[in-house]
Amino acid sequence: MTAHGWVPPGTVYGTLLNFRGEYAHWQPRMGDKPYGGAPKAPVLYVKTANTFAPHGASVALPAGEVVEASASLGLLIGEHGAPTHALLVNDLSLAHESYYRPPMKFRNRDGFLGLPLEPTPLAALGGIGGLAALELELRLHGVHQQTTALKDLVRDIPTLLKDVGEFMTLRPGDVLLIGSEVLTDGTRPRVAAGDAVEISAPGLKPVLQRFVAEEASDAGPPPVARAPSGGRGSALAQSVGARFS
Amino acid sequence: MKRARIAWAGAVHDAIERDGQLELLTPAFKGRRVAADEVVWLPPLAPVPRPRTVLALGLNYADHAKELAFKPPTEPLAFAKGEASLIGHRAFTVRPAGVAFMHYECELAVVIGRTAKHVKRGDAMDFIAGYTVANDYAIRDYLENWYRPNLRVKNRDTCTPIGPWLVDAADLPDPMNLALRTTVNGTVTQSGNTRDMVFDVPTLIEYFTSFMTLQPGDLILTGTPDGVVDCQPGDVVITSIEGVGELHNTITAPTLP
Repeated sequence: MTAHGWVPPGTVYGTLLNFRGEYAHWQPRMGDKPYGGAPKAPVLYVKTANTFAPHGASVALPAGEVVEASASLGLLIGEHGAPTHALLVNDLSLAHESYYRPPMKFRNRDGFLGLPLEPTPLAALGGIGGLAALELELRLHGVHQQTTALKDLVRDIPTLLKDVGEFMTLRPGDVLLIGSEVLTDGTRPRVAAGDAVEISAPGLKPVLQRFVAEEASDAGPPPVARAPSGGRGSALAQSVGARFS
Repeated sequence: MKRARIAWAGAVHDAIERDGQLELLTPAFKGRRVAADEVVWLPPLAPVPRPRTVLALGLNYADHAKELAFKPPTEPLAFAKGEASLIGHRAFTVRPAGVAFMHYECELAVVIGRTAKHVKRGDAMDFIAGYTVANDYAIRDYLENWYRPNLRVKNRDTCTPIGPWLVDAADLPDPMNLALRTTVNGTVTQSGNTRDMVFDVPTLIEYFTSFMTLQPGDLILTGTPDGVVDCQPGDVVITSIEGVGELHNTITAPTLP
């Protein structure tokens, strides 16, 4: 299996607190310091280009850190700010308890945005309206971990696009991630070296990456797009990779 | 050498500074000189084959941290912006209607020159292509304590002027001893020196590249010193850094629908 090439041509923006379970988990603390109330505008962050992990890539995980996977849906923007395609992503982060001022090393590590083989035209998915009933599934070694239902969005897709567009223009090639859901205990599925994580949804290309331990070397090669070296999860990785080779 | 990217005579051109004018590098006009006010100034950055990473520092001058009632951080406080927020020299920045506090931030911008991963502090300068001036405007009315500084404050269209020049790193051997100054309508409102950064440029490069690969053309906006004041439509804001350039910007009101 080799890593396939599609990566977003523009800036990728992520969204937080946009699924009901995650929002409900945070709601009791929203009035506490330092937050001082529920967020008004969409809570956004940037997934920089170094995070892009193409379909089939191996992603290096730092030693001693808890890494969480998130199934999300990205909207690929076309002309005039309107989305033309949708894609699944695995939005990875180091686990963190505070949403106040998290350092970029949590979300912006090399390889921390798993991508599919290619985006899917919205026309093939019934348009924006056709996404409302979509359910995303996250599997670890083929075992189901989480289902994320887009009916549980806090801001639905048209509302999110409108509220983001109030202060910044999404350009052609940019991608807006709609957010991700938590598990019932408020955490997200954890991944470790040796794992293979697959995210899938009907009509969309799946996302599959394998996770390996980061090399201790200071001057190692870039951690994405290396050939897999076998180990736990590689059978699934190879079977999924083969479908799209 | 000081490099610019401009629009002139119906096309985009690379140019260099020569005797206070712009000398075009475009083959058809090579050597032709045009005046600064004959052109539209674009961000002095060559296009890149991937989304440009734009990193920006919060609270990287101890006096500014004090001004905003923060203790200096123990780790760089950084956030990322989209390239769409960048505009060039002599451009207009929109102040939203009904806000009370919009301020400039004069910042030394570092442009990465080589792919950089796990770079040690002592080697960091070798990875820099050059420097320019950025004005990282903030609208404090929109500040929320969720993933701060939130993008509604920091990633607005027109709110990150950058330029006018990209100054080659070789021409600026000591970037950590440069005076910064901002004037609003000719009155000095902000002055500082890059030597007062909490985390200096080599430290920032070591820090970022410890977990992320930076590519040629990526930007680090290194934070701003004390002295930010509110700016109103019509105000002319000039952010300048010794040896790097004077970045002019004019605040404007939103266009009524």
